[in-house]
Amino acid sequence: MDYSNILSKKVQALEFSGIRKFFDIAASVKDVISLSVGEPDFKSPWEVRKEAVRILEQGRTAYTANAGLAELRQAISDYLYKRSSIRYDASEQIIVTVGGSEAIDLSLRALIDTGDEVLIPQPSFVCYAPIVKLVNGVAVPIETKAEDNFKLTAKALKEHITPKTKALVLPFPNNPTGAVMRKNDLEEIAAVLRDTNIIVISDEIYSELTYGNERHISISQIDGMEERTVVINGFSKAFAMTGWRLGFAAAPKEIILQMLKIHQYAIMSSPTVSQFAAITALNECEKDIEYMRGEYDMRRRLIVDGVRELGLECFEPEGAFYIFPSIKSTGMTSQEFCEKLVQTHKVAVVPGDAFGACGEGYIRISYAYSLEHIMTALERMRQFLKDIGA
Amino acid sequence: MTDKERIINILRQDARISNEKIAVMLNITVDEAAKMISELEDEGIIIGYTAITNDEKMDKNFVCALIDVKVSPQVSCGYDGVAMKIAAYREVSSVYLMSGGYDLSVTIKGRNLREVAMFVTERLAPLDGVISTTTHFILHRYKEKDKMFTRNTDERSLVSP
Repeated sequence: MDYSNILSKKVQALEFSGIRKFFDIAASVKDVISLSVGEPDFKSPWEVRKEAVRILEQGRTAYTANAGLAELRQAISDYLYKRSSIRYDASEQIIVTVGGSEAIDLSLRALIDTGDEVLIPQPSFVCYAPIVKLVNGVAVPIETKAEDNFKLTAKALKEHITPKTKALVLPFPNNPTGAVMRKNDLEEIAAVLRDTNIIVISDEIYSELTYGNERHISISQIDGMEERTVVINGFSKAFAMTGWRLGFAAAPKEIILQMLKIHQYAIMSSPTVSQFAAITALNECEKDIEYMRGEYDMRRRLIVDGVRELGLECFEPEGAFYIFPSIKSTGMTSQEFCEKLVQTHKVAVVPGDAFGACGEGYIRISYAYSLEHIMTALERMRQFLKDIGA
Repeated sequence: MTDKERIINILRQDARISNEKIAVMLNITVDEAAKMISELEDEGIIIGYTAITNDEKMDKNFVCALIDVKVSPQVSCGYDGVAMKIAAYREVSSVYLMSGGYDLSVTIKGRNLREVAMFVTERLAPLDGVISTTTHFILHRYKEKDKMFTRNTDERSLVSP
């Protein structure tokens, strides 16, 4: 059968993510040590695991309400209030999703009609543009630059807004650059958006992993922005709960209602055991977040210093658990660099162009690894750079 | 967590890490790091640095035993006198005072079974104050000083979003 004539042209035209492609290359090399994962090296907190076992033993295995357990939505509402002083109504303004990813998917699908433009700062996580394409929208990348500390600037935003602009994805703290948007940065963005009908999809999955004295701030906290922002977050990164697949969105009730419609048909309800465990995560695991943040922060300093010592230019990230050094000085493309590095010195890092064309010339290194692992990998990279004469 | 606590955590993961790297991680100067470490040493909080070895790999006959020792406490110094005497032996790698059914828990290492047996019967049991000993041979070690004897496998995918 010629499936190419059967399968959706739109889907066939989508490419696999650059991360996925690089995984296939790295997996073919033996004894690779990786600095490529986008998930914590910590296990989910013990209390969370214990609660999941208890819930399973009680046989709580039925569907929950479409929007998620009422108790969990209340806990999320309380959590958001504590962090942002915004009180989202637990019954109408919060939806529990299968990871932050589903919340991104739902919000884009709820907003986009054919031809609508979605602004996507890049380099950024790989899923936004493909989802926009699937709903016949137009993904409009906005390049963020090293000289701006990879922040989205009001100037760049203005230049890309057209009458067709429907939404702006705001992915900070950023994967892969580690950039964050501080209050004054967000105020400048808000000033551009306040008089428009553009909705901000604020992907804040790394919000707990913000380093330095100032905590993460959401654009929803800026004057006039709450009514035009969908806040997306989840349990994967902050609570080391990637495999539980649990996230959420908080937004004006009109938006959540439409998202709920799609969620109800596509998913029904998020995994029940994960939802119960997530209540425990929110209520009891603040200390685990603190501990993990402290560990990441030390590794962050170590790896930035280590990479700079290797002679690579590296922006000092203030969030997430990645660094995004430039490899332009080697004269290689990101793909060449990463393929050669993994093949000759068995260290896997992700080519920057996997996160948008403007990521070319950079690599993403994750520091969600033990100190020992990081130091071994840095040593191999030192040898690699020496061997290629950089 | 204080900087000193962080330093201890780092050194417990890797005691050979340089002061420069510790300074980078804590965002302090190398001199400050060195000063804190020597303070920790002076205060007797850090009592030494040692390699954690897998002796079974070096010597197939190597044995390690845990010995429960019952002791009659002395009027002048309680258990300390006997404990210090036992601790002074080169073969002994740890001595703990225990709650429960016996008093001292002693870990000893020897090149073979016989060496351990001789140590217990000739040196440990006859000591003044020692009432009885029970020797447990360690069959296999899985973890010591926070380190696993087998390499931890990372079950995460090699590359992920």
